[in-house]
Amino acid sequence: MSIFLNENSKVIVQGMTGSEGMKHTQRMLASGTAIVGGVNPRKAGQSVDFDGTSVPVFGGVAEAMKETGADVSVIFVPPPFAKAAVIEAVDAQVGLAVVITEGIPVHDSTYFWAHAQGGSTRIIGPNCPGLISPGRSNAGIIPANITKQGKIGLVSKSGTLTYQMMYELRDIGFSTAIGIGGDPVIGTTHIDALQAFQEDPETEAIVMIGEIGGDAEERAADFVKANVSKPVVGYVAGFTAPEGKTMGHAGAIVSGSAGTAQAKKEALEAAGVRVGKTPSETAQLMREIVG
Amino acid sequence: MDLFEYQARDLLASHGVPVLPGGVAETPEQAEAIAREIGQTVVVKAQVKTGGRGKAGGVKLADNAEDAKARAQDILGLDIKGHITHRVMVAQASDIAEEYYFSYLLDRSNRTFLAMASKEGGVEIEQLAVERPEALARIPIDATVGVDNQKAAEIVDAAGFPAEVRDQVIAIAVQLWDTFAKEDATLVEVNPLAKAPDGTVLALDAKVTLDENAGFRHAEHAALEDAASADPLEARAKEKDLNYVKLEGEVGIIGNGAGLVMSTLDVVAYAGEEFGGVKPANFLDIGGGASAEVMANGLEIILSDPAVKSVFVNVFGGITACDAVANGIVSALSILGDEATKPLVVRLDGNNVEEGRRILAEANHPLVTLVDTMDGAARRAAELAAA
Repeated sequence: MSIFLNENSKVIVQGMTGSEGMKHTQRMLASGTAIVGGVNPRKAGQSVDFDGTSVPVFGGVAEAMKETGADVSVIFVPPPFAKAAVIEAVDAQVGLAVVITEGIPVHDSTYFWAHAQGGSTRIIGPNCPGLISPGRSNAGIIPANITKQGKIGLVSKSGTLTYQMMYELRDIGFSTAIGIGGDPVIGTTHIDALQAFQEDPETEAIVMIGEIGGDAEERAADFVKANVSKPVVGYVAGFTAPEGKTMGHAGAIVSGSAGTAQAKKEALEAAGVRVGKTPSETAQLMREIVG
Repeated sequence: MDLFEYQARDLLASHGVPVLPGGVAETPEQAEAIAREIGQTVVVKAQVKTGGRGKAGGVKLADNAEDAKARAQDILGLDIKGHITHRVMVAQASDIAEEYYFSYLLDRSNRTFLAMASKEGGVEIEQLAVERPEALARIPIDATVGVDNQKAAEIVDAAGFPAEVRDQVIAIAVQLWDTFAKEDATLVEVNPLAKAPDGTVLALDAKVTLDENAGFRHAEHAALEDAASADPLEARAKEKDLNYVKLEGEVGIIGNGAGLVMSTLDVVAYAGEEFGGVKPANFLDIGGGASAEVMANGLEIILSDPAVKSVFVNVFGGITACDAVANGIVSALSILGDEATKPLVVRLDGNNVEEGRRILAEANHPLVTLVDTMDGAARRAAELAAA
């Protein structure tokens, strides 16, 4: 098993015909993902050839789902149009909407998150690398050839730290690795992923990677203490970040005394999570558990 | 982006929020002219993006224009918690009968917007929230609905505003929401929202934070940026579209991906403890692509920082494979030529790492040291910076 994404997932790409969409659709196909369609109202009825695989373009998400049975949509639509794209995916009741787009205004993400409440769509992102269940399916931009299928579950706010950790533990492998994104408002949280990994029989241990800003890690620590029996190791980035400066990710900011890496580390340790000082040390802690 | 008070005041006024007449001055003479136009007692306020202005001597009353000029003279140049005062706001002074508090903000934890209101304003709101939480109404706002008269009335009544100002505050609450939503703000805070002796309710001080991600639909927001007080290296990096933050240290940092770069800073600071407390000199994320041109731009900025003693290039080849990154480093160094004068420690991992390392080894650049692990490379870079 894996979480949120498996070998039966049928994936469509909103914004497939743009340059990022084209590049990453090609990569997802190459890693074995079942890409069944793209969405672009201006190119409906056409199809795009990816090294011999022809992918049809539909006018809308609902039509694409009806024609192909798709249950996952990966969204590369640029920021000015991303809100409408996510709302369309939610209204079409796609099971999983993975929002890769970086730079979406927070009023837009707060709106589409509120719009999705009570509906049947799980949103991952925005400003995220997506998720991969190695050997099964890859929805987003995570490089597929870093590691193989295995027993570790990974949830992270950061893309490159996701890749780094997958690389450090590549010989053990992962059930699913999810980048939940570095924006202040995101759809799927550390807690959602921790709960799913706890329930997934294939996942034996969990790595969670956090960073400065907000209180998602502190909440995740409380959740781990109350609900997660599998071993969890953690890593937090941003101990040296100065107060009031945004560190790359829109959500990565220490405001006054809130959102510091130290507070997150302490909360995780108080919940019994072993926290590494560096990514490599964190990987080593995981090795001691599952190695 | 945090605005200055005068910018926040203008923005609020443009959405109909009642404020007192006034203007912003960069010289005592300008302050005098504004005060003369107002023609009565004014308040001269330091424009700095920090709290505690009053205690620091940054807020003074002036009875007439000459007095306003003298007070502006006192306040301009004042250092308030490390912020130098370059401008003062000169506004008509108002007697205050009562002080209230009103704000809208992004509530990250609950992924929604939040209205906070109190009939006990003028004090530090964080302090009020801790000491007397019952005096601060907190009402979530559905982002898909917003604030209309009915919602505004709910907030105002929850905060228990006095009956004689209720209608005025409801109208202001709708105008403030208009500002918050239409300007893509993440914070609109009025403290105090004041009742004058004649019963009029006015916004006397305001804080506004705007979402920079929404810049594409607010071309006018670019003019609100405080370019003058930006760090010169940060300003140059911004011109080149680089994600750079200047820090107080000696090891220049380049990496790809915000999380990995934050982690790199930490690992360098941790390694630096062994070498007399050497610290990272900057945050610089060149993004997933890590092209030669971006690498050259990044290196150029970092090498021009006189505080930098060594540079740590930390790249995980994910989307871009390591051979392309290695070629990027080699061509960046050749573009820079003699400008490259400080030792570079490079750590590459990920796709095609062997080929990437081979390219760097073959180039055999005298300034470049290749180290296999992130922790080892951080240690080497710290050691070189301390030498």
